[in-house]
This record gives sequence, C-alpha cells and structure tokens, in this order.
Amino acid sequence: MLKTIVAGTVLSLALAGTALAQAPKPGGIANVVIQPEPPGLMLAMLQNGPTQMVAGNIYEGLLRYDFALKPLPGLAESWSMSEDGKTYTFKLVKNATWHDGKPFTADDVIFSVELLRQTHPRARGNLAKVASVTAPDPYTVVFSLSEPFGPFMGIFEVGSLPMIPKHIYAGTDYKTNPANNTPIGTGPYMFKEWKKGSYIRLVKNPNYHVAGKPYLDEIYWHVIPDAAARAVAFETGKVDILPGGSVENFDVPRLSKIKGACSTTKGWEFFSPHSWLWLNNRKGPTANKAFRQAVSYALDRDFARDVVWNGLGKPATGPFSSSVRYHDPKAAKYSYDPAKAKALLKEAGYKGETVRLLPLPYGETWQRWAEAAKQNLEDAGIKVELVATDVAGWNQKTSDWDYDIAFTYLYQYGDPALGVGRNYVSSQIAKGSPFNNVEGYSNPSVDEAFAKGAVAVGDDQRRPIYEAVQKTLVEDAPVAWLLELQFPTITRCKVHDLVTTGIGVNDGFRDAWIER
Amino acid sequence: MAGFVARRIAKGILVLLAIVVLNFFLIRLAPGDPALVMAGEAGAGDEVFVAQLREKFALDQPLPSQLAAYLRSIVGLDLGYSVRQQMPVATLIGERLPATLLLTGTAFLVSLSLGVLLGSLAARRAGTLADTAITGMALLFYATPLFWVSLMAIILFSVRLEWLPSFGFETVGAGYTGLARAADIVRHLVLPALTLGLFFMAVYVRMTRSSMLEVSRLDFVKTARAKGLTEGVIQRRHILRNALLPVVTLAGLQAGTLVGGAVLTETVFAWPGIGRLMYEALLQRDYNLLLGVFVVSSAMVLIFNLVTDVVYRAVDPRIEVAR
Repeated sequence: MLKTIVAGTVLSLALAGTALAQAPKPGGIANVVIQPEPPGLMLAMLQNGPTQMVAGNIYEGLLRYDFALKPLPGLAESWSMSEDGKTYTFKLVKNATWHDGKPFTADDVIFSVELLRQTHPRARGNLAKVASVTAPDPYTVVFSLSEPFGPFMGIFEVGSLPMIPKHIYAGTDYKTNPANNTPIGTGPYMFKEWKKGSYIRLVKNPNYHVAGKPYLDEIYWHVIPDAAARAVAFETGKVDILPGGSVENFDVPRLSKIKGACSTTKGWEFFSPHSWLWLNNRKGPTANKAFRQAVSYALDRDFARDVVWNGLGKPATGPFSSSVRYHDPKAAKYSYDPAKAKALLKEAGYKGETVRLLPLPYGETWQRWAEAAKQNLEDAGIKVELVATDVAGWNQKTSDWDYDIAFTYLYQYGDPALGVGRNYVSSQIAKGSPFNNVEGYSNPSVDEAFAKGAVAVGDDQRRPIYEAVQKTLVEDAPVAWLLELQFPTITRCKVHDLVTTGIGVNDGFRDAWIER
Repeated sequence: MAGFVARRIAKGILVLLAIVVLNFFLIRLAPGDPALVMAGEAGAGDEVFVAQLREKFALDQPLPSQLAAYLRSIVGLDLGYSVRQQMPVATLIGERLPATLLLTGTAFLVSLSLGVLLGSLAARRAGTLADTAITGMALLFYATPLFWVSLMAIILFSVRLEWLPSFGFETVGAGYTGLARAADIVRHLVLPALTLGLFFMAVYVRMTRSSMLEVSRLDFVKTARAKGLTEGVIQRRHILRNALLPVVTLAGLQAGTLVGGAVLTETVFAWPGIGRLMYEALLQRDYNLLLGVFVVSSAMVLIFNLVTDVVYRAVDPRIEVAR
C-alpha cells in the first residue's frame, strides 16, 4: 500500500503534481550506503558504478531521461534536430555556475566533448559520428554529425557525457590534475570531504540553477564493506537509503518489509541490466549452435528469478531487454525444456566433455545462481565444472577468452546501438576487454544490421532492422540470455522523490527531500 | 645490548628487502591486473582505455624495470603512488594507521591482561568449578570463527539491545569534539575490539594456565612454600613470573599482527583501518598499495620480534641476548 503511494507520488510529481503530492520541505541529511568505495569521483576519468552514483550529484549532463527514456532538460533547456538527422542544436540554461562560481557556458561543452573523447571509452564510441561541435553564442551548442546516428539524443546523461569545467582542466594533464580529488561540477551538491574508508560528504549547492532545489542540506555516503553489516545499518536506522545492489538479494524482501521502509525497482530503465551466459563460440562443445541452443533450453529462468533472485527480475527473451527501444517480445524462443535440450545435445554430437562454468564473483546471489545453472545443465546431461575466481581473475579469464561458459551482465543504455550491439558485432571481437563480443560470435548479416540500424533515421526505419536482427540472434544463440535484472532501491518512506528519472539514483538527489 | 640491537636492525633491513622482492613477484602471480579491474568496474572499456590505464600504472614496462623502480623508491623511503586512489601510498597508510592501532592495540591489551588474569585464576583453582568455567569459555572463544562472533555480537548488541553502534569509527556528522568525541569512538570500539580480542584472550588463558600448573610443581616453589611465603607472593613472584615466557612469545606474535591482522573485524564493523585497505588493494590488484601495506606490516613483525627478545631478558635475566 505504502509502496504504491510513493510510486504514485514520484510519478505525479514528475508529471504535473496532483493532490497526492506533498510539498517538499527543505533541510535534512541523507545517509546513504555506497558499495564498494569508489576509487575517485572524477566522472570523466572513472565510470565505476559507485563513482557514478556519488558523482551524479556533483556533475551534470546536458540531458536527463524519464522512465520511458524521453529526454528531460538538464544543463540544456531545449534542443532541436535538423531534418536530415545530422545537426543537433542545444540551448543551454543561462544561470548555471560551476561550484567555484564561474559560469557554465558553451565553451565548457565543447571542451568536455574533447576531453571525454580521450578519457571515456563509452563516450568515445557514442561520439564517433560527431564531426564538429561549435558554439554560435555562449549558450548555444551545435553538434554536426558526419552521418545520422539514431540514438544520438540518448548519449547526454551525466554518466555518459558529464560536463567538465574548462577553466580547471584546459591545458593540464587530465589524469594528474589535483582537482580530480576535489571535483567541481555544476550539480545540486558540492564535494566537501572524503574520509577514506568511512564516508564521503556532499553539501547543498546554494547557487544551483534550478530555483528552490536541491532540498537536502547534506548527503553522507557511508562505506560499509560487509553486506550483512550494510543490512544492519539500515535496520538500525543509521542509513536511510540502500541504492540498488547494495545488500545481498536474500535480504531485500526482509528489509523491504521493515516498518517504515519503502522500495522501488524504478530508476534502472536507462541501464536495463541484462544478464546472460557467454558461450565460447570459438572452441569446444559451445562452438556448436545446437549445443548452445540446448544450454538455453536447459536453463530454468523462472526458478532463478523466484528462488535465487527472490522474485525480482524478468526472464530475458532475447538480446534486447524490454526497456530497450525496438524490443520485440515475439523473438522469444527458449522456454525451460530439458527434453528438448537433451535432443539438441544428441543432435550436436555432445560426448560428455566437461565444460568450465565461470560464475560472476559479485557475491552470494551470483554464486548460488551458478550452482542452480550447473544443476540445470547437468539435468540435461552436460558435465559442468565451476571455476572459482575473484573479480580480477574473472576479468582476466573473460578478456583472454579462457572459459567455456561465463556469467555476465551488461547495461544496455536504452538503445540497441549504444549497449546491445557491442556484444554481437564482429568488429567488437578483441582480446583484453571484458565488455565487448567476448563470446566471439560473428555473422556478417548481424554486423550489417547493427551498422544500418545505427545510422537509420526515425523509428519507422530503425524498427524493422532491429526486429530482424533479434530473430537472427535468438536462432543463432550466440549466448544464453538469462534475466533482466532488477536492483530495488530501498529507503525509509520519509525519503521522497529520490528516484524520479530512468537514471535513478545515479541522476543525483536534486529532487529528493526528507519528511521531518 | 646496543650492538645487538644494531645488528638485528641491519639484518632486519635485509629481510625486509627480501620480503619486498618476494611479494613483488607473488602478487603478480595472481590473475588479472589493476587496469583490467578498473576497466571491468567501469562496465565498458575499449583497448585504448585499457592501454591508457596500463601506461598509467606503468604496467607496460618490463617486469625487472618495474621491480628496480620500486626498489629504488623503497630505499629512498618512498612507498610509491597508488594510481587507483590517486594518492601517495604513505598517505593512504598513514590515514588508516591510527584507527587500526587503536583497534588492535586495545584488543591486544584487553586480551593479554584478561587472558593472564583469568589463566592464573584458573591455575590457582585448578579442578574447581571456576577453573572449568574459565577453560570452557576459553575453549569456546578459541574454536568459534571470528566472523560469526562479530555478526552475532552485532545482532545482539546493536540490533536487539541497541546498546552499541554496529559500524564505523565514530558517529558521522554528529560534530562531537573533545571528550564527547572520545566517548563516541570508545562506543564504536567496544564490539570490534572485544571480538578481535576474544580469540587471543582464549589462547593466553590456556597458555598461562598450563604453564603455571607446570611451574607450580617445580622444586623452587616447594622451597618458597617451606620458607613460609604467602600464597599470593608465591603465585605472583615465583610461579607467574616463571610461567610468563611462553606467554611473552605469543604476545610477540600477536603484536606482530597489530597492523595487518584485523582484516575480518575491520570488514564486518566497517572500521577504517589498514586490514581493509590491504584486502581491497588485493581485490583491486593495486600493486603499489598492497606492497606498501606488506612492507609496513613486515617491518612491524621485525620490530616486535626484536622487542620480544629484549622483553625476554627483562622477564628472565638468565636469558642472554644471543650474540
């Protein structure tokens, strides 16, 4: 009941504001868990989850995105696209200033694009088709593209394209600039203090460019390394906010039911974490398509969701998560069917070779999921050996292609050209990175489809291309898709409007307020 | 004595260098490297990104020259720079050292004093109910995993009884100063120091008890008794003092772990100390930071070994410091 009211509040405030919405009250301190401790807060150099979460309050992007991933104003107040889809014009807000008082202008945007192309791998890819960025006046920025890029309006969120102050970074060595330790942005909260191993403290930006916001006086991000201790910290009221993924999954139902606790699975639409098993397409039994299909039929996704993930998540039907544009639910093919799996194994000529299964070393839930998957596969007749690693070892093994089957999950960033294609196109087959086409799948028609889909203009042109590629991929089964993951954010109900966009907690606490 | 100490220090420095070289290669045997870990955490990373990181970490240099560079800086008493944390290693360790020393030092003092006290009590009352109670308790703490004890203590004292805070070094944002701050830190210290100290206390209890029982059967104790000394004096001056040697050996060992020995406790209680710094550096393959912690903790072990040897002499003047 409480949950629906809060969800309703968030929604109505985001839209127009109805009788349900309470008026936000300024003041108060938010105590939040951060896990693990980020290596730094300079968002242009570091894109770790925890860095994005904290730094999303300090820095801002030109745009934000609502739950349906439609653009919302950020540092840009309005925008337009030319008919040929090659010129985008942004009007910037005129009253934004950096935390040191200098005004934010179009020069900063041009500089940020330049800097991010050198330091931010995802931005580098997103900006590949940008031929020039110009500023006709201090509050207008024009992006000219060499050819149309369908998802272009989707690349301006704070974690993907954060705005960096030119007056601090221009002409310096970005990596060693001392300002990296005292980040300066335009965001609603300013960096104040970081006691390594204990907490990060942000304070309200009194000159924030949105009148009346933010509401909170301070935010404390508490570093608590043990998952059980994080749960206890929430239970005992020492922290009020557990961002998605900060407690073990089996604690989620218990903590959500505590008196005065609310939870929401919203705020992950932009990231849409999609999990699957990488199946090494190069060698061993997994090189055989029938074997890979058998793996997909052998997996009981409903069991994984209900038992391992405590009912959170959604069985994945294919390469596109359901919140990604042009997702086609009709592409689904793989249900839980051990008999069919056995038949396919026979067809593949599988002789009982042992396959190595690499779990994701991200805590208990993933370990248990690997055990469940092992049991599923063994029920279908596949011999499986679990390989234990830590995070560094997992990265090494997957980026060296030293595995047969490996758990993973990737963000999809709302558009197939941003987050999906990288796992399937052959130009992304390269050793040394754990976030490309690690399975080694190569299909010229798929390569062509993703290339075409990226430059096609408008939904009418893009949709058929992507629907066709989903069918091909589901048939070829380059990987075995598992679940669309959900990481609920748990808060005390007195915390309002924390999650108001599809970027969730990573979008900063500019709307959040605490009832007192 | 001074010559002895000087020679031991010289030897210690050689041992330290050997430890550095060994650790340098040992941690590089673990799969993965810091660049891959950071690319992995970013959830994105093309070849350019990973190559940039490798260059930043100086991982593109051949191994021998990496080692040479590290040894050069160590000899110059410089622990190097943690690229991941963007800070000098010495600063990172220095920031965490006070918290760890407070925790392990308290645990050390509590476990040693309580352990010797309870152990001698048990020895004096050997075979009685008190003895059984003390040794039973010691056995329990000796056998129970630290991690579990910590979690149970949190559930009992923080969640159920709400007496003590469950995590951190002090109440963040409370703005306490002076005595109020000290009291706040002590409240945070109680649970981690106790759970960390319990294991060693149990060891000291058992060690003191058995050693005292052994000594109490020796002839000079009979002589002391025959002289008509009071039981208290016999226990303290004749039995306990002679029984302390193995306890001192053990205390020396525990003192050696003062810096790096509280990884579990620091993790469970979110205590901002060296143990956690080391554990995280290991997971992140932050080579310089990890080596830095190793150097500091091995130096501690060497120093406390030396101190133990000197204390031996004080406790038992018959022992000549080895030449």
